[in-house]
Amino acid sequence: MNNSEWPLWEVFIRSKQGLDHKHVGSLHAADAAMAVQNARDVYTRRLEGVSIWVVESKHIHASNPDEAAEFFDPAADKVYRHPTFYDVPDSIKHM
Amino acid sequence: MLRLMTPTQPEVSAVPTPPPASNPLFPFVLQLADTSLILAHRLSEWCGHGPVLEQDLALANIALDLLGEARSYYQYAAELEGQGRTEDDLAYLRSAVEYRNPLLVEQPNGDFAHTIVRQFLFDVFHYELLIELKAGPDTQLAAIAEKSLKEAAYHRKWSAEWMIRLGDGTPESRQRIEKALRTLWRYAAELTSPTPLELDLHTLGLVPDYAELQARAAAYITHVFAEATLPVPTEAFRQPGGKLGRHSEHLGYLLAELQYMQRTYPGLTW
Repeated sequence: MNNSEWPLWEVFIRSKQGLDHKHVGSLHAADAAMAVQNARDVYTRRLEGVSIWVVESKHIHASNPDEAAEFFDPAADKVYRHPTFYDVPDSIKHM
Repeated sequence: MLRLMTPTQPEVSAVPTPPPASNPLFPFVLQLADTSLILAHRLSEWCGHGPVLEQDLALANIALDLLGEARSYYQYAAELEGQGRTEDDLAYLRSAVEYRNPLLVEQPNGDFAHTIVRQFLFDVFHYELLIELKAGPDTQLAAIAEKSLKEAAYHRKWSAEWMIRLGDGTPESRQRIEKALRTLWRYAAELTSPTPLELDLHTLGLVPDYAELQARAAAYITHVFAEATLPVPTEAFRQPGGKLGRHSEHLGYLLAELQYMQRTYPGLTW
């Protein structure tokens, strides 16, 4: 990467109805303050959100796609891990 | 762009010189409209040429905010005039000497620093003016000001941060900001120097006290310049004229481009 280029940031937006910030994309900015402003200008032009998080992309550590098989496939046949085998008493509401 | 939303009246618009308006607010609202439209057009010239994608969009966003504000003023001005002219007639079919925007906003973009300095000097004034208009006695003007104030607050934040970043940045960015200030500072005073029209409207309570507005703007500029480690220019030379219709050569070229389609194909819609 060219040293004169601004670092990459990941942008998370919370919509008006949403409770969680969702990843919407990335952008370049010199620092966090500029990243928030850029995110406002790039990703909230059409009323997409009411709150912005940014995090520098280098701080995100990801799982390795090559290890996807051993990471995720073993969970496929373990239905007993879902709490669907309990009888819920009628008096318990909002489950 | 304005044509999109409004019916056309080619017959009326064929006459460029209007009879004198009876409502004293008309020329002032027209001045506000011209100011926002011309600056919006200047900023729109950056579209596709911004230094980075993010700032290209930021500039286009500000341009669109100002264009929206200009439309509200033109529509109100057309109503105040009551001569059957539409917002499009006012925007597209007046000549340069009829435009009443201050000289600052018609100055060419130059480099990014130049655009930032022009924008900052305007934003500081624009923000303070809208606060006053929002509290003013004319309800229509107050409503437009209230809507635009939120946008103007963001514009001011954006350009102030760039003043600080570039002023207190690298030797090159600082040198470019200083160069822009040497060129543009002379145009800032016109924003808060009342014309005879504005003085008359001030006595009617329709235009704020520009001396007070100037003091607030100067205080904010001093504050931002201190953070940007820039000395506030002391140059005494002032260049007014735009609000009286005496423009720089730049406005003619700008209008030639801005008005080309309506002049060439009168009543064109798309």
